[in-house]
Amino acid sequence: MKLALFADIHSNLEAITACLAHAQALGADRYAFLGDLVGYGADPVAVLDLIEEHAANGAVVVLGNHDAAAIGRPDDTLNDNAQAAIAWTRTQLGEKQRAFLGGLPLTVRDDNILFVHASAAAPEQWTYVTSPAEAEKSIRAGNLGYIFCGHVHEQKLYYMGVGGRPMPFQPVPGTPIPTGKHRQWLAIVGSAGQPRDRINKACYALADMERARLTFFRVSYDHDSAAQKIRSAGLPERLARRIERGA
Amino acid sequence: MNLDSLEPGSEIDGFCLGELLHAGSMAAIYRLTGPEGPLPLIIKIPRLGPGERAVNVVAFEVCRMVLGALAQGPHHPMLVAFGDVETTPYLVMEYVEGVRLSDWVDRAPIAPEEIARLGSALALALHDIHRQDVVHLDLKPTNVLYRSSGEAVLIDFGLAHHGHYPDLLAEEFRSPVGNWVYMAPEQVVGIRCDPRSDIFAFGAILYQLATGRLPFDNPTTIAQLRQRLYLDPVPPKALVAGIPAWLQEIVLRCLEIDAGNRYASAAEVAFDLANHAQVAITDRGLRDRRANWGMRIRHRLRARKFEPGPCPPPSTSIGPAPIVLVAIGPAQADDALFEALRDAARRLIAADDLCRIACVTVVPLAAALSGERYEDTATGRHIKHLVNLRRWAKPLQLPEERLTYHVLESEKLATALIDYAKMNDVDQILIGAPHDGAPVRLFPGVSSQVVAEAPCSVTVVRPRSQV
Repeated sequence: MKLALFADIHSNLEAITACLAHAQALGADRYAFLGDLVGYGADPVAVLDLIEEHAANGAVVVLGNHDAAAIGRPDDTLNDNAQAAIAWTRTQLGEKQRAFLGGLPLTVRDDNILFVHASAAAPEQWTYVTSPAEAEKSIRAGNLGYIFCGHVHEQKLYYMGVGGRPMPFQPVPGTPIPTGKHRQWLAIVGSAGQPRDRINKACYALADMERARLTFFRVSYDHDSAAQKIRSAGLPERLARRIERGA
Repeated sequence: MNLDSLEPGSEIDGFCLGELLHAGSMAAIYRLTGPEGPLPLIIKIPRLGPGERAVNVVAFEVCRMVLGALAQGPHHPMLVAFGDVETTPYLVMEYVEGVRLSDWVDRAPIAPEEIARLGSALALALHDIHRQDVVHLDLKPTNVLYRSSGEAVLIDFGLAHHGHYPDLLAEEFRSPVGNWVYMAPEQVVGIRCDPRSDIFAFGAILYQLATGRLPFDNPTTIAQLRQRLYLDPVPPKALVAGIPAWLQEIVLRCLEIDAGNRYASAAEVAFDLANHAQVAITDRGLRDRRANWGMRIRHRLRARKFEPGPCPPPSTSIGPAPIVLVAIGPAQADDALFEALRDAARRLIAADDLCRIACVTVVPLAAALSGERYEDTATGRHIKHLVNLRRWAKPLQLPEERLTYHVLESEKLATALIDYAKMNDVDQILIGAPHDGAPVRLFPGVSSQVVAEAPCSVTVVRPRSQV
């Protein structure tokens, strides 16, 4: 099984389309969308319809905090720009999209894998896994071989050491990392739709579950069009610039 | 799989075990054998299971990961096959036919020239893996073999660090992993990502070869191990009379406590060892006692608050001091070409204020030249060529340590230049273009062979007036 992992897509149709094409070219045969499908970007309906189609074909989809906010669960942790985008997104979504988002689970367990948007320790609290301590809580709560998640927009891999403490690793895009089944791993696959590390390329990861190899990728996409759509929709200028600069 | 149940004749995944080559605390190594006799392959089986150390399984994973990632090359054994870590862990690798560096260490002190030869080959091997984002971190005389070609081979990558993979050994083990005798100060405090740690261990090996003693003894406690964070070794000269200043300079520079004061890359050490007559001697090469108390106290205070930083990918931390070889025509000068080569060199110097210029000329073998007049004798000729090279380089106004001069004796001009570039890990070659109608044809036909066969970029320089 070659499992393609996408997170924090944020209504960026250009980015998710490019990532899907990249993964398909590499032989991906299963897909997981790790939450925050909407928010920030200008294509919520098209993105949700695309993902719903994949879900109908067996893809894993979990709920993110922006998705929850878009269907009316208030989230006061979101900043003004994010709130503005959510308010706009609500006006765009139809019954079909709201129903799809409303039916999404917080976590999915499948064999040796746990899919979650933020931390498995308390998925509904949207904790950011930004330290080995947070990673440890998530890994212990999940208690499976692999946790695939998003929420934090930068790619990161944590692996459980023999001392029982997870170690952080900054993956090098394109290098397959042996992720042996005898260890526990937590992979933050990075944001497809709104990267923030000053690189304006979409993030995703591809897990070859048979060979136990995980590869993180950065994919070029038409960020100019995505940014232009954000401006045309009248969303905050800052959101368009973030897409252009990747920061 | 129980190691104790294995013996010559046992089979693992269809591989038939031959002679037992090594039985250590971490793994056993057998030669593999086929129906026709021993194969050029070995199998390494880690000691795993109850009672064995956790580091063994991690070292196995690391070794597999790093060897699998290294490009095929002469400086490390090729990985042929491996077994699953959970069921039948083993690595099948190339059997390297060669002599271990420890054989020389047993005979130490050995001659400085011998140290230079062994050392420069080893430094080139280190540079090869450093360039591929690998730091060995367990460099010791038993982990280095020499092929009959003279090339050094690094073995046992079980404790290595690869910049592209999670470091499975980092912070996992309470006491620093690796050989305490050769370990760099930064490794003692847990930093596992600096290629200059290998340069330190390399310096410790050179020290041992030169003096027959260990620079930091054989520490048995963490406190003793930490001494190298503030204590410099006894200068080799103080132990063995007659150790040349260049050798001490190189050894002590490798053994600097602060990695920033060591050679920035193994290629630079290789260059200095191969061209030791031109090593710029500083206080390091001349001192005959350890640093004074004031210095030690300063180091000790610094050692106390030493904080490891994050690990950068090794290839970005390799010192960017490129070596540029300029092929200068022998004897009579072709002034226009000389000036054109100088212009090209000036541009490189302006673009990179670390780059070093090696001025090289190739002359026919000395024996064919011995004449009656002094300037016709081998030495006379040699000096004349050196003067010629210095005259060429003088207008560049480069500091002494960034310029070296080499008169190579060979009938095959291009081959001599290419070999030199390989031996010294040259980054770029500047060579004059062949041309007709000029007073002297510089290396006719040579430049095209150099372009075709050199291991680096080659710039063929042609004076504008001759275009």
